[in-house]
Amino acid sequence: MDLHNLRLYISFLNTLSLSSLFKNPNPNPCFLVSKTTHLHTHTEPPLLLFNSSLSYWIMEVAGEVLASESQLHVLAVDDSHVDRKVIEKLLKISSCKVTTVESGARALQFLGLDEEKGSLGFNGLKVNLIITDYSMPGMTGYELLKKIKRSSTFREIPVVIMSSENILTRIDSCLEEGAEEFLVKPVKLADVKRVMNDCIMRGETEGNKRRRVDKRKFEDDNHASSSSSSSSSIPSSPSSPLPSSPSTAATSSPLHSLKRAKLGDHN
Amino acid sequence: MDLVQLQRQLVDYRTSLYHEGFLDEQFTQLQSLQDENNPDFVVEVVSLFFEDSERLLNELSKALEQQVIDFKRMDAQVHQLKGSSSSIGAHRVQKLCIVFRNYCEAQNVEGCLKCLQQVKHEYGIIKTKLESMFQLEQQILNAGGSIPV
Repeated sequence: MDLHNLRLYISFLNTLSLSSLFKNPNPNPCFLVSKTTHLHTHTEPPLLLFNSSLSYWIMEVAGEVLASESQLHVLAVDDSHVDRKVIEKLLKISSCKVTTVESGARALQFLGLDEEKGSLGFNGLKVNLIITDYSMPGMTGYELLKKIKRSSTFREIPVVIMSSENILTRIDSCLEEGAEEFLVKPVKLADVKRVMNDCIMRGETEGNKRRRVDKRKFEDDNHASSSSSSSSSIPSSPSSPLPSSPSTAATSSPLHSLKRAKLGDHN
Repeated sequence: MDLVQLQRQLVDYRTSLYHEGFLDEQFTQLQSLQDENNPDFVVEVVSLFFEDSERLLNELSKALEQQVIDFKRMDAQVHQLKGSSSSIGAHRVQKLCIVFRNYCEAQNVEGCLKCLQQVKHEYGIIKTKLESMFQLEQQILNAGGSIPV
């Protein structure tokens, strides 16, 4: 969504001397601005004649768009009460709007109810990111990921997986199914902020899909599979050239290699 | 006890909890997330941890009393306990859960029973210690002071 364009549009409306139109008891024929996609373009906004209620509606829409634009709406999925509370806080501190649910089934329900046909998020808030725990009873985070990526409606929504278990095969399969990132629990604020930045960058550089794996400090866990092989083979998206524009320079580092060395340190 | 003494006592107490391995850096993370908008955040998260843990410990006790022990289910429950203790930085409880899971995997009843007792014991300790710490914090707030970081 182009905020700059929206602001231009609003000032254009002001210059039409709206106040005189508001007072007009006989509403003029009007063109409805029904889609914000119109505002994505750089064409001249059409000349609008409208009655007062429509102009108020436009102002309200503009306000909503501005509000929703400044905040990403994240759907967090985790069966643990404690983790839901923590992730909610981490996301709110990172300036996100948050909805937490306790299961994959509930997540799909929420998405289904959220995406009304024809509405572009005016009636509800569009989900910009899904962050889900891996190990959950019923539907695992992996199964949820697959369902989302195989749905034509939702597959564009980035999905981040969280897991307390740092298992290579698990990470690989999540990335292969299209997860943006794999975070090792306990999740820290720095992780969340980085994921949010990536999400914004991703939005700005369409078609530059990078997959990153972050292997942070590994908690001593005997359940981790022995992943001591030396090569780090992270699947890279075949269609993604590394970003070259200066604005993405900060995050254009090549795919992170798995920090295998750290695994050895924690025994 | 005056305010300064209370504050010093809190700092010392907190430091000892880290020093003795009861708490780890994840607890510090939680504290850093607390602010004026949500001044009870840590207490709320820890309360959820207490609720979850007590429920899980009860279920684990019951599971081990059964004729036929469902190790898989127990393992899932210990995994949950491990997760929540890790999320709040309850270090000792988390470490014990790792050992507990190994016994579940090995389907070792004796080992599981022993571990359960140890986890209950450690949980009891951390619960008491955190409650004491929160009480100290409340005393400081009541005396008009602020909680030292």
